[in-house]
Amino acid sequence: MKPFAYQRAGGVTEAVTTVAANPDTVFLAGGTNLVDLMKLEVARPGTLVDISGLPLGDLGHHPDGTTVIGATVTNAALAGDRTVRRNFPVLSEAVLAGASGQLRNAATVAGNLLQRTRCAYFQDVRKPCNKREPGSGCPARSGTHRDLGILGVSSACVATQPSDMAVGLAVLDATVTIHGPDGPRSVALRDFYTLPGDTPQRETVLRHGDLITGIVLPPAPEGAVMHYRKVRDRWSYAFAVISVAALLTLRADGRIDQVRIAWGGVAPRPWRATVAEGLLQGREPTAEVFARAAHAELRQATPLPHNEFKVDLTADVTAAVLTDLADRARDPEVTR
Amino acid sequence: MHTANHTEVSLRVNGADKTVPVDNRVTLLDLLREHLGLTGTKKGCDHGQCGACTVLLDGQRVNSCLKLAVSASGGTVVTIEGVQDLAGGDGLHPLQEAFVANDALQCGYCTPGQICSALGALAEADAGWPSHVTPDVTAGVESAAALTADEIRERMSGNLCRCGAHRGILAAITEVAAVTKR
Amino acid sequence: MRSIGTPLERQDARAKVTGAATYAYEHHVDGVLYAWPVTSAVGKGRVAGIDEASATTVPGVVAVLHHGNAAKLHTGFDLGPVQQVSVPELLLLQSDEISYRGQIVAAVIATSAEAAREGAEALAVRYEERPHDAVFRPDDPRAYVPDMVGDLGPGHVARGDADAELERAEVRVDVVYTTPAQHAHPMEPHATIAAWADGRLTLYSSEQGPSNTSQTFAFLFGMDPADVEVVCDYVGGGFGAKASPRPPAMVAALAARLVDRPVKVAWNRPLMTAHETYRSPTIQRIALGADRQGRLSAIVHEAQHMASALSGYVDQTASSARMMYAAEHARTTATAVRLDVPSPGWMRGPGEVPGMFGLECAMDELAGELGLDPIELRIRNEPSVDPADGTPFSSRNLLACLRTGAERFGWADRDPRPGARREGRWLRGTGVAASRYPVFTVPSTARATAENDGTFTFAIGAVDIGTGARTVLAQVAADALDVPVEQIRLVLGRASLSVAAFAGASLGTASWSWAIDKAARMLREQGAAPGLTVHADTTEEVNAMRQVSRNAYGAQFAEVEVDTVTGQVRVERMLGVFAGGRILNPRTARSQLIGGMIMGIGGALMEAAELDPAFGDFVNHDLAGYHFPAHADVRDIDVIMLSEQDNELNPLGGKGIGEIGVVGAAAAIANAVFHATGRRIRDLPIRLESLRPPGSRAFQQQL
Repeated sequence: MKPFAYQRAGGVTEAVTTVAANPDTVFLAGGTNLVDLMKLEVARPGTLVDISGLPLGDLGHHPDGTTVIGATVTNAALAGDRTVRRNFPVLSEAVLAGASGQLRNAATVAGNLLQRTRCAYFQDVRKPCNKREPGSGCPARSGTHRDLGILGVSSACVATQPSDMAVGLAVLDATVTIHGPDGPRSVALRDFYTLPGDTPQRETVLRHGDLITGIVLPPAPEGAVMHYRKVRDRWSYAFAVISVAALLTLRADGRIDQVRIAWGGVAPRPWRATVAEGLLQGREPTAEVFARAAHAELRQATPLPHNEFKVDLTADVTAAVLTDLADRARDPEVTR
Repeated sequence: MHTANHTEVSLRVNGADKTVPVDNRVTLLDLLREHLGLTGTKKGCDHGQCGACTVLLDGQRVNSCLKLAVSASGGTVVTIEGVQDLAGGDGLHPLQEAFVANDALQCGYCTPGQICSALGALAEADAGWPSHVTPDVTAGVESAAALTADEIRERMSGNLCRCGAHRGILAAITEVAAVTKR
Repeated sequence: MRSIGTPLERQDARAKVTGAATYAYEHHVDGVLYAWPVTSAVGKGRVAGIDEASATTVPGVVAVLHHGNAAKLHTGFDLGPVQQVSVPELLLLQSDEISYRGQIVAAVIATSAEAAREGAEALAVRYEERPHDAVFRPDDPRAYVPDMVGDLGPGHVARGDADAELERAEVRVDVVYTTPAQHAHPMEPHATIAAWADGRLTLYSSEQGPSNTSQTFAFLFGMDPADVEVVCDYVGGGFGAKASPRPPAMVAALAARLVDRPVKVAWNRPLMTAHETYRSPTIQRIALGADRQGRLSAIVHEAQHMASALSGYVDQTASSARMMYAAEHARTTATAVRLDVPSPGWMRGPGEVPGMFGLECAMDELAGELGLDPIELRIRNEPSVDPADGTPFSSRNLLACLRTGAERFGWADRDPRPGARREGRWLRGTGVAASRYPVFTVPSTARATAENDGTFTFAIGAVDIGTGARTVLAQVAADALDVPVEQIRLVLGRASLSVAAFAGASLGTASWSWAIDKAARMLREQGAAPGLTVHADTTEEVNAMRQVSRNAYGAQFAEVEVDTVTGQVRVERMLGVFAGGRILNPRTARSQLIGGMIMGIGGALMEAAELDPAFGDFVNHDLAGYHFPAHADVRDIDVIMLSEQDNELNPLGGKGIGEIGVVGAAAAIANAVFHATGRRIRDLPIRLESLRPPGSRAFQQQL
């Protein structure tokens, strides 16, 4: 690790100005990913601006059902919050499916959104990686890629975004609030992450100096049921092989009204399955219908030999989650 | 020493105030082990992947390997060396006694982290926080005393053990969780 | 007064739960410097140049250790086959040659850990790269049969004509099993503080064998072993990875020599995957021939291994098949291919773990072919003498383990049909496998003193890596002296205490307890007057042991659930029944056996170190990428220890239990997965993609 300067931010504007003015200055919050990457030399900042003391740690619930999550709210505080658990259980479930109790106590909501990929080549600075060193190549395609992406990936990069929380947020139509050098703005989560294409080094719409200040959740649809299911290689404390977040409401006639599906572990961003969602509108909520819709979405998949299994797996888990949700939507007494 | 890359860090560690000038690169873990002589907290992976470095920072369990000492400055830390004092008695903390009684350790290297983590986990459960295996996250859990074996296993999964002392660790935590006053 | 056999509390438990136990890196040594290694970024070649200034300009950096200034080590000695294994990896920085990616090419020494690492990152190394070969593949034409495998037996052993007999057999199973490379990853990474003073070297080091390490370093530095002290009061696990001294200790010793100051090193996980011994991947052909009654006539076990350019070490993967079952004809052949990779070596149950996975799954397959219960199949093939050489067994209670386990696990009601038990989205199944681990005993020495206060001090160059040796050896001493265990002070963890066995191959306690017992008896015979000190040496007794077949046995039972949606496996229940001779302390023994079974769960379902042929290193080189069981993976798991009297062992009658808990565990789980799903998975680990249902492809047409 190279030496770096450290300062505590005095205010949001000051922090943004400081970071924006220096290309090698970055924000530090929980540090669970940044310090990790600094030890690996993947991140080599000259100055850290610690924002954990800024007044961005509140979790607010408004009478209209909107929830505002401050950027430095910890993952644990978010998942444990009673109102979040009642109004947005899929978010609690997603957060609790990730990392460990210790990590969730330190990791912040904004930091979680900005987690870098866990691709082993990205994390090894002595190997080529187009994301880390544009143009150097991608050894994952012909090497180890079993855990990497099948959707939205490119010939330059097959990395996945590892966050569980972001997948839960994706079905809640969350908005990210940002304070940049030019002032505040909001970006819908669905527009927040960029796909790698030829520029995998770019992962979000954030510009240098932009500070995430919070996340806004609109009220969930009336009567919605929602769930997050994560599939992994051991029963806890492992990144997702794939994961599914889903939200569902049924019409009075039992057909699908609103459905939202997001996938983790398969793409460079939480993947909203909009094709599938469109196909499901007004349909009978059966396992077969759900599976067909998932496969329609997955027609875009470009898997590699060792992660080809993720295609069917994602469809199967999606169908299973939605089938369970449909049962619950029909009969609220059905337990999870 | 306070240069661009060094900072004076003040922490309350196991009840004692410590002020140490450190290289900004020093983690809380290395501060404890290399600068304060508190080697009970272990380095198993240095990347938040094993839990051996778990301490209580401002009452919550965290991986001290991923916490820069400078960013923890001003905080209150309890390490395994301070766990005895949490119980207020003369001897071991009841959880330490339970680890001994249930042979919840072999090589002992993950043990301090397991104990600190368990203390944090029990407090989280007492706050009603659900876990990944809580049947209904909306309802959460009643208290630490109400935790099932699966709940304890899930909540402790951030602490790896390679010797395979899991069964004893579960038994020890279960015993102590049942006692309301810890 | 009997302490042996009682569940005495672990003597160091209180030190471990309070953080007072001091591990290698935690010793305070005045004036210590820090070193961080620089490793090869190429898979093969030579170091063409090192720009020292690129590192020495980093503030805090004191020196750069490299092949141009490292002390010249001595070679040309013979430490014996076991210790010799570690030597090629310890001859660090003796030339510019690079044999694998990750090999140490330099180390940067500095006043702080941060500066040392920064210096190492900054050090500019030029390489001349040559093509490397790191592809482990079946039918590699370069495969050879090693003269000797890890258990010191030959690579190839045959009786009768197994290949011909196989052709004639009424029922045949002829299958290929594969197992991946695995890392031991003890929770405490390798760490050493090296200090030279007055021509003596002290290593505070995380080691499984203080005596071995002392002797090996003494040879390499041309010293008397008495001048190399190795301190390992507490060791955070080993599992074979610390059974021989490894490069970290040598880096510390060479660095300390260069700067003439104490130097400390602690490895991180990626470095460990280059320098800790690891389990070789295997490709195993297992062929069983039997008559319709299930009597085996032929066994063929061929096991291909990976060795490294530096080390020709090969596991004893095929050895168990030589003696597990009565078959007139058997051929067991280990082969190896040397590749440009980090050196494989010992990992808990080396050879027995992958080999018994293959054999015990193949037995399950044969039982299925015959329509015979797998326990009954084993009963029908129980030998009366060791089938390999006709020697008698010192004791063999495999059938008792199987029968006891069957009763306790509830085997009798088992419906043998695979894939027949569905509950919701889960399929349920049970499986069984046999375990076996050989009994080794090596000479050890110990010292005992009658103190003035009526207590007794026992000193031995043993080490407690978490096994409970510190506790059990005190019990042995107490009983031999017929005094309460509180009157025993047991000192271990230092090479200078006595020359003793290492903590490995399940031979530590068996070998040490003999020396402790002998020392206690000598003390008693000589009156035990205060101030009396005796030295015991078991060399004569160990060498006089009769030629018999000594093994511990066990039976492992597993119940699994398989998620039919995802293919995920959950081990719901495990029971291990073991006959390991006399159990000296049921409390620590139970913990160790259960711990072995949990490592078996890892081996069955998740552990796989993935070699990247393009680079020649392991890709998943940290604990986020290399999975072993977390708390959530460990559910109902229990052990029964059968009491066993065996008079052909050491006087205490213990067989060693460090490894047998792992052996057979993966087979029991894989057999249970077959029973649950009807899918026979022959490649470990059994991850969810191995068990994916045929797929939902039926639904792929347009909505």
